[in-house]
Amino acid sequence: MTPLLEVADLEAGYGPVQVLRGMSFTVDAGETVVILGANGAGKTTTIRAVSGMIDTKGSVVVDGKSVGGRRPEDIVRLGVAHVPQGRGTFVDLTVEENLRLGAFTRKDDDVAADMDHWYEVFPRLHERRDQVAGGMSGGEQQMLAIARAAMSRPRLLLLDEPSLGLAPIVTQELFRRLQTLNQEQGTALLVVEQNANLALSIAERGYVLEAGLIVAQGTAAELQADESVRQAYLGI
Amino acid sequence: MELFFNQVINGIQQGAIYAALALALVLIFRSNSLLNFAQGEMAMFSTFIAWILADNGFPVVFAILAAMAVSVVGGAIIERTLIRPVGSDNVLAIVIVTIGIFIATNALAGWIYGTDGRVFPRIFANESLVTFGDVTVTQETTGIIAILLVVVGLLYLLFQHTKVGLAMRAVSSNAESAQLVGIRVGRILMLGWGLAAALGALAGSLAAPQLNLSLNLMQGLLIYAFAAATLGGFDSPLGAVVGGLIVGVTQTLAGQYIDFFDGFELGSAFLLILVVLLVRPQGLFGRAVVTRV
Repeated sequence: MTPLLEVADLEAGYGPVQVLRGMSFTVDAGETVVILGANGAGKTTTIRAVSGMIDTKGSVVVDGKSVGGRRPEDIVRLGVAHVPQGRGTFVDLTVEENLRLGAFTRKDDDVAADMDHWYEVFPRLHERRDQVAGGMSGGEQQMLAIARAAMSRPRLLLLDEPSLGLAPIVTQELFRRLQTLNQEQGTALLVVEQNANLALSIAERGYVLEAGLIVAQGTAAELQADESVRQAYLGI
Repeated sequence: MELFFNQVINGIQQGAIYAALALALVLIFRSNSLLNFAQGEMAMFSTFIAWILADNGFPVVFAILAAMAVSVVGGAIIERTLIRPVGSDNVLAIVIVTIGIFIATNALAGWIYGTDGRVFPRIFANESLVTFGDVTVTQETTGIIAILLVVVGLLYLLFQHTKVGLAMRAVSSNAESAQLVGIRVGRILMLGWGLAAALGALAGSLAAPQLNLSLNLMQGLLIYAFAAATLGGFDSPLGAVVGGLIVGVTQTLAGQYIDFFDGFELGSAFLLILVVLLVRPQGLFGRAVVTRV
């Protein structure tokens, strides 16, 4: 089976600074994959490279189609949604407008039904649907960001440090929702995280990124058992 | 007292035109976060297009609508060819480019149309529609205010009730996220510039009958429009309209009652800009921007 996302020899950086130095990884359809790494390892750059936000060298293939050189607004049409770090909500638009924008590329008639679905999953969003997103707490905005990304009915959801700045209990709730999204809708998840414990708990496989290179990979259980991963990322 | 009310009504008529031009400034500020110093000269150029059509026998309303349509295309082309290549992360450079467009448009208009003043046909007669005692409301005043209301209504429908309007608001709220949900940001920016240019064409065509059409038609108007947008808040379309009306009334009353501003009404606009920036920099309806450093 060809993977849904196949990244090979990816190089990327900002100006003269090279961040990714030839990394390779795959995500299968319906799979949850986590990329662990310290600050500055290149986690955000990886996600931004896949969704077309930065120039890259190497190959990024989604569902058999090369996305190298395509623009973000075209890549989302291939079924890739991106929840950026810091959530990227439209803070001065209402919750409902944020969700409608999530479905911007869709032409089908089920948008309203999907919106109702996400209001059921996240009742807080329903309560606040006519308020501007910027007035909500960080956790609520992160839920909105995920619901908005899911509104495009992606086959692959990219999540950039979803736990950043959230209280532990909120983070746990969020990861449970992500797991449900993965299981019920079959959406593949690629999560980059510093919170390795929680991320590995919902992932099937994982990679460890250090200074722009993949230095370890394996099933979630293997990584949780690996002594060096435990020391570096799990704090045990 | 009649004098007072007549001046207020004059001011509202003037203010409606400032409001239209201020709306154009606000449209571009919301999408590109910059002041388009060329807005007035672009509008002057568009008004000449309307004048040529009217001068060649087309009805004036048709001439203005056609000039607005041409302006949509022209504004979009300016965004695509002159603004976007500069890059959105260098606002100061883009502002310099708009000043360049200001000078170039003025020179181009002088080269094509010459420096003579032209009489621009009125849409509405400058005759009394209703009178209250000695207070007269002309057809022109009523018509210009009606046009402003229609424009505001159409913009409201566009922004609040259409998908493309929602996309425009999304781009001004967060361009990167707009891209990530699949909005073609470049096209939205072109549309924003096109709409702004059309509003400018309308403002110019409404102002030209009183001021006569010449190369410096819009230069004073642009200052008043800046004052209006500053007062209302540069990111607020509602603010542009309210600000425009307040600036118009302030201008006529200051000219009438304060000796210092008699014949120097423009000074009232500068004073207003100064006071707003000191007292409430985000304007009446604008959002205070908090930047974390």
